[in-house]
Amino acid sequence: MMRGTRPKNIRRWTSAVMTTATAVCALVAVTVLVIILGYIAWQGISSINLQFLIDTPKPVGEGGGIGNAILGTLILLGLGSVMGLPLGIAGGIYLSEFGDNWFGRTVRFVTDTLTGVPSIVIGIFVYTLIVLRMKQFSTIAGGVALALIMIPIVMRTTEEMIRLVPTSLREGALALGAPQWRVTMGVVLPAASSGIATGCMLAIARVSGETAPLLFTAFGSRFFNWHLDEPMASLTVQIYNYAISPYDEWHAQAWAATLVLMTLILAINITVRFFTRKRF
Amino acid sequence: MEMSIAVERRREAEESLAEASASKIKIRALNFFYGRTQALYNIVMDIPERVVMAFIGPSGCGKSTLLRTLNRMNDTIHGTRVEGRVEIDGRDIYAPDTDVVELRRKVGMVFQKSNPFPKSIFDNVAYGLRINRLTESKAELQERVEEALTDAALWPEVKDRLKSSALGLSGGQQQRLCIARALAVKPEVLLMDEPASALDPIATQKIEELVVELKKQYTIVIVTHNMQQAARVSDRTAFFWLGKLIEVNTTERMFTNPDEKLTEDYITGRFG
Repeated sequence: MMRGTRPKNIRRWTSAVMTTATAVCALVAVTVLVIILGYIAWQGISSINLQFLIDTPKPVGEGGGIGNAILGTLILLGLGSVMGLPLGIAGGIYLSEFGDNWFGRTVRFVTDTLTGVPSIVIGIFVYTLIVLRMKQFSTIAGGVALALIMIPIVMRTTEEMIRLVPTSLREGALALGAPQWRVTMGVVLPAASSGIATGCMLAIARVSGETAPLLFTAFGSRFFNWHLDEPMASLTVQIYNYAISPYDEWHAQAWAATLVLMTLILAINITVRFFTRKRF
Repeated sequence: MEMSIAVERRREAEESLAEASASKIKIRALNFFYGRTQALYNIVMDIPERVVMAFIGPSGCGKSTLLRTLNRMNDTIHGTRVEGRVEIDGRDIYAPDTDVVELRRKVGMVFQKSNPFPKSIFDNVAYGLRINRLTESKAELQERVEEALTDAALWPEVKDRLKSSALGLSGGQQQRLCIARALAVKPEVLLMDEPASALDPIATQKIEELVVELKKQYTIVIVTHNMQQAARVSDRTAFFWLGKLIEVNTTERMFTNPDEKLTEDYITGRFG
């Protein structure tokens, strides 16, 4: 027997087994996802029509739709993003560019802790802070709750993405006589923009699926509403209410609303990626 | 005894250098520390105007550190400390009232690894002009960008694709773009930190020709590991060893008949 033959065979065999094992794991993960998506689409697609997308909810047997819930979700997400994204991005910039001190370390630790706080706790917090004082459920309270969930996610991803920008780029800009803030705004942020956008997307996708904090804040509504100080419908709360109801028609509508929600997240995702795609 | 002769000789050499033309940069009793580690010991040096000064020496000898003290780039590194004086045009750049932004506009820098911004070729060169508001009209901006690219010997290669990404250029082109970017703000001094170390021989030759061309207008300080390169492009050479300036001399003398035994050993590759 030639020297080295046997180890070589074992090596080949091990390689093949491990490659197959990891591939199977990847396949299992993807399969579960595909099954979920497929099932939602299969269950939901039959109830979707134009009327369903623009109508308000109606009593059982009279059809009705989720138009106000779609609008509500968009308003709540918009409100949460307007408050949460700038704060999170700015905080992330601070942490990465200037946060190398005790204050930065404290903020980082608190942020990480906040990421792990269950969303229902955030909901109760905002309920105590805003809803009780306003003596009314409101859109604004819902937006604040979503923003509070978004901030730590956006902050930490922004920090990580900015840290990935090579020092040589910063030095190149500084060496041209750029003040620190111009280096950050003009060179570092654009270089990190697609990563930051991904972080924002993760945050938006995460909160667009939140139900618990909205039950305590925006509450839900059966009507179209444009007022920020009144209760606001949302897809997730609507899905929750319909899903726990005893009516088959509402169950079908809950599936359809779920499909709409997923499509919405996908659409937001694609839009953001389009506008922050790497141009250079 | 031998030591004092060496010191005497070095002083003579420095004086003859200083007389050759007015000193652009004067370094006096410069000590530099990274935290508790001292990286430079009592550096004394004059760099005359419109010459190419090469810094040579083994890795970690402090030549890059010294280069980066000249535009206060080390300020960005946490825990560094400078003692002594660095004068450019007679003004101490470490004086408390120094405007570092202004200093860095006057003292341009090209780095070892080319670092174009992820922007278009045009925007890369225009960056320094824009942030310093050096141009008044769009036409003037375009003119200055073209001028800088021409000076960096890159214009013919990129004139038809100014709007495309700088990251699509070859390594040598990227480095010349970085030189153009530094030249665009019309600095008086150009610091080059091993500008050709990552390039192939042809690209290196282009950079070297450029350095020789640029010294008509600029005072250039270049750090290099390549002794042939130092010999080819520089007028004067400084040799560093373990954070100390061992010898500074005209390049010709340095490579034919250096004053110091240590220099000779290094240049002839007799280090074991």
